[in-house]
Amino acid sequence: MPGDQAVVHLTNAVVMSQGFPLLSGADLEVERGCLVVVTGANGAGKTSLLRLLGGLDTLTSGAGSVAGVDLIDGDLRLLRRRVGWLGHEGSFYGDLSVRENLVFAAKALERPLDDVEDALTRVGLAHRADTTTKQLSAGQRRRLGLAWLLVRRPELWLLDEPYASLDDAGREYFDHLLGDVLAAGATVVVSAHDPLRSGDLSPRTVHMAGGRVVAS
Amino acid sequence: MTRVAWLVAAKDLRIEARSRVLLWQVLPFGVIALLLSGLALGPTQAGRSSAGPGLFYLVTLFVTLLMINRSQALENAAGTKASVATLGLDPAGVFLGKALALTIELWVTGVVLLAGSVLLLHTALIGTVHALPSILVTLATLAAAGTLYGALTQGGDGPATLLPVLTLPAFAPLLIAGERSFSAALHGGALWEWWVIVVVALVAYTAVGILLYGVLEES
Repeated sequence: MPGDQAVVHLTNAVVMSQGFPLLSGADLEVERGCLVVVTGANGAGKTSLLRLLGGLDTLTSGAGSVAGVDLIDGDLRLLRRRVGWLGHEGSFYGDLSVRENLVFAAKALERPLDDVEDALTRVGLAHRADTTTKQLSAGQRRRLGLAWLLVRRPELWLLDEPYASLDDAGREYFDHLLGDVLAAGATVVVSAHDPLRSGDLSPRTVHMAGGRVVAS
Repeated sequence: MTRVAWLVAAKDLRIEARSRVLLWQVLPFGVIALLLSGLALGPTQAGRSSAGPGLFYLVTLFVTLLMINRSQALENAAGTKASVATLGLDPAGVFLGKALALTIELWVTGVVLLAGSVLLLHTALIGTVHALPSILVTLATLAAAGTLYGALTQGGDGPATLLPVLTLPAFAPLLIAGERSFSAALHGGALWEWWVIVVVALVAYTAVGILLYGVLEES
């Protein structure tokens, strides 16, 4: 049985899609308040692992629980409300402005709208608040993704290659933000091709290959 | 559920107002289709007028299919689906919100196409105005059914081109009932019988959507 401190507990997790194994027996345990970096080559199963943890894909076999929700017979909608997802892509409504996207998320989760302005300031997008999202650069979209998560205040942050499209200043800012999030008690799982370069964060690195965790 | 429905409807309508797809793409297409249909019937006003209700609903069908695809495409843009899924919105509220937004968009389209019918197909103005309530209810029913079938074709791996194939059997009774009530308003005849069919269908599709939209989303 997972301990009380385990936010993620996976045992022999298998996820199949159209007969193809996305995960083929992954084992993982993540303690509350930890930063875990999942590394591996393309197709190793990093994104699939994060999608499973976010309740976006379902477990085909094996066992697991995330944020207190059982992945076999738990309420995946409840799980999704407890996690925050930042994917490769833009992840927003392109025809809404930056502020409108965040207000939509805040209203959906019944968060105070003041949080929107705070989040915009924290990620440095206050000056682009009324810009249509599709007009943002890739790096600015990443920042909007972070603002979306700040508004949401999830228990578990799932960040799929968050450093893509970020310049050095963006990476430094991002590491700083991760430090704040961890200090506030959240758990963060990040997928990346390489281990984190930041010296301030001390993550646990998990390596994946062939849909399994091969080193931790 | 109601709170989510208003939130989703407001979001869809705001996106529509911002992108102006309805104004610059869908409405011109509908008016041109109506014009070409009128031309195909020849120069006699009587012929056009009697065919007016049928042509109106034929063009409305094309426009509805375009708008259902558009409505679902908003949710299926790269990455958006996963991010919005993690908001854990009540699927019944999402269904109602998307159906409501689509209904309002179809009402706007319907009013423009009705004006086009009067001008291009010479349907009688008074009769057309009398037909308006039944047309609005029929369009709301098409929106509810379309939102349901749109999720079915675009929620999973099914191609969006399946939409017309799947929806036509469901839409056919609605289009026939709508056309009959429009004709009755123009030329006299039983009106309420056709209304009942459309209203029952509206209630049924709304109930099914509330119950099943979450399942379709998950699939």
